[in-house]
Amino acid sequence: MDNALSEKVPFWLDPKKRSLIYQMFIFCMVGLLAYYLVSNTLTNLKRQSIATGFGFIQKESSFEIGESLIPYSAADTYGRALIVGALNTLKVSFVGIIFSLIIGTLIGVGRLSSNWLVSKISSLYIEVMQDIPILLQLFFWYALFYEALPSPQNSLSPFKGVFLCNRGAAFAVPAAHPAYKYMLLALLIGAITAYAIRRWARKRQEKTGQLFPVFTVSLGLIVVLPLFTWVAFGAPLKMNIPRLSGFNFVGGVTVSPEFIALFLGLVLYTAAFVAEVVRAGIQSVSTGQTEAAMAIGLKKGAILNLVILPQALRVIIPPLTSQMLNLTKNSSLAVAIGYPDFVSVANTTINQTGQSIEGVALIMTIYLIFSLSTSVFMNWYNKKVALVER
Amino acid sequence: MEALSANIKEDLKPPRVNIGIIGWVRANLFNGVFNSILTIVMLFLLWKTIPPLLQWAFIDSTWLAGSASCRQSPEGACWSIISKNFRFIIFGFYPYELQWRPLVAMIILFSLLFYSRNRNNWKKSLGYAWITGLILMGILMKGGLLGLKSVETTQWGGLPLTLLLAVFGLTAAYPLGVVLALGRQSKMKGVKVLSILYIELIRGVPLISLLFMSSIIFPLFLPEGITINKILRAQVAIILFTAAYIAEVVRGGLQGMTQGQYEAAEALGLNYYLTLRLVILPQALKIVIPPTVSILISAFKDTSLVVIIALFDLLKTTQSVLSNPEWMGFSREAYMFIAILYFAGCFSMSNYSRKLERELSRG
Repeated sequence: MDNALSEKVPFWLDPKKRSLIYQMFIFCMVGLLAYYLVSNTLTNLKRQSIATGFGFIQKESSFEIGESLIPYSAADTYGRALIVGALNTLKVSFVGIIFSLIIGTLIGVGRLSSNWLVSKISSLYIEVMQDIPILLQLFFWYALFYEALPSPQNSLSPFKGVFLCNRGAAFAVPAAHPAYKYMLLALLIGAITAYAIRRWARKRQEKTGQLFPVFTVSLGLIVVLPLFTWVAFGAPLKMNIPRLSGFNFVGGVTVSPEFIALFLGLVLYTAAFVAEVVRAGIQSVSTGQTEAAMAIGLKKGAILNLVILPQALRVIIPPLTSQMLNLTKNSSLAVAIGYPDFVSVANTTINQTGQSIEGVALIMTIYLIFSLSTSVFMNWYNKKVALVER
Repeated sequence: MEALSANIKEDLKPPRVNIGIIGWVRANLFNGVFNSILTIVMLFLLWKTIPPLLQWAFIDSTWLAGSASCRQSPEGACWSIISKNFRFIIFGFYPYELQWRPLVAMIILFSLLFYSRNRNNWKKSLGYAWITGLILMGILMKGGLLGLKSVETTQWGGLPLTLLLAVFGLTAAYPLGVVLALGRQSKMKGVKVLSILYIELIRGVPLISLLFMSSIIFPLFLPEGITINKILRAQVAIILFTAAYIAEVVRGGLQGMTQGQYEAAEALGLNYYLTLRLVILPQALKIVIPPTVSILISAFKDTSLVVIIALFDLLKTTQSVLSNPEWMGFSREAYMFIAILYFAGCFSMSNYSRKLERELSRG
């Protein structure tokens, strides 16, 4: 009976066969389009006698890069130049993410403050920053540096050891001393011990119900241990203060105006979005939760740690990671103000070698790697914090 | 004695410090030690920044005189960079005597937008009005028809170009985004994989890489002798980019539909196309109006990126004024003016989106 029925149905009315035909059709169209574009490209490349392939990476770049985390000169290869660019992208994104998280959280909390003035100023900030294109903001900060700040000779010094001029900013940093190496080690040891104590305390609490003041002890470990090391080495206080030599500063740490403009723009712009995410996260936890926690006698810190944060973070983290990713993607606008990030270096490479397809492909690949690794992390995190329902 | 008892009979008023302005200030600015400190710090910061800013922007500023008098009073803002170059900043290299045409096009656009604000006006006729309006705007910009002089697209610039990229970008990206979202939800494995690949690929890369692609690689894709102008290529890049984001927003709406909706439509004997057109999309697209508006806002802001591939949008015309030696050094004023224009556009959109959200949640 069943067989007889399916024989009568013509193939174009059978959903399964029909969907197969649709898909074959779509794949054929996509394939044809791809073939058309690729064959056109190949003929064009042959006509303009452009060599394809990534051979250019081995060649000498012969252009200088303003700032670099690793040693680099014009005699190095394009490959190394691109690595310098990628590291610069990572540098500005990393610093930018940390600062935009801090500022964004403060503004997001300020937005919900019972203080009328703070709440109004925060919401004004969020609205204004979100509604002005990031590129315009970058140009603005860059122009501000170039036009409003004096030359290095008459540079401003708002705080002791900090100098601002139209060539960038210079900061005083502690002079090199062997103590700092050991302080870093002490910090690392402190952090690892704190982590171990936290795990142990949680296990013990599950077994016996006894609480352990994890936070105070960890703070003590992380702060006191390096401090103790510092004192043990005789508390070195010498600072490396930048001073003017000719037209530029030597000593201390100098930061280029391009970096500062990019950093300021990215941080101030992203902070507005982070603030909105944080606000939404806090508001998603109803006041009933706080009241219930109070009713069962939890302390203020415990309420925040055990009730509010776990619920708020579940809402906050996913949009927050996408904001972090946005910041990384927006850092590609560095090319407009001349900070040597990956896109800017790749752009120079394209202009010099004419390898446009490879160059753009490299840009896309780098950013795809960033975003794919972020989404892998997100999937892991979402599984970890997903509500376990009975 | 008598007077006292008469007094008692009256209603006891709340203490004077708990009502009125004093009460409000106490409740909102000085409730608690921490808040009081915060308020004082904020007031101090405002007092330090706002008066000098006002002094710079309004009192010491030059509004209409030339750049020479700006240079004589460097402590004030030089708004004459805007007033002297206003038409160039707004219209770019569009022939001077024909600039009424982009102006009329923009007026048409704004009146359409203004009329569409009210949801009661959302009818089929409005759709036709938009299509007619868009075609009319295109004719006004390009010319060559109805006795209008033809204007090369290389001469388009300024605010009309920014609006053109945003409006056409979104109108074309929206249907493409809906198709991609449906593809991603499709039961056909192949279609689904293709849609996911496209959406994730585009969302993973910055817009600027697509713009680079449109300006330097796209010409290689075409057979010899065929060229497509730069604005159209950038427009295509913006469309392809925005569509991926719209697809994700629409997918959110589609996921909000319960299985029952599909089953009910099937029970009525509707085919796939009719199910979507009559049942699913009207509901799904309505849910996602607010997030769609925020995509519109970011698309509008993102059009400024075409500066990097040297299209003369609003930002680029401003920059070319700034590169003129006469006006060099007044970037702050010029960028502030552009920022105010962008802010006005984005703020009215986000305000509208909030209003719409309230209306929709009321039902």
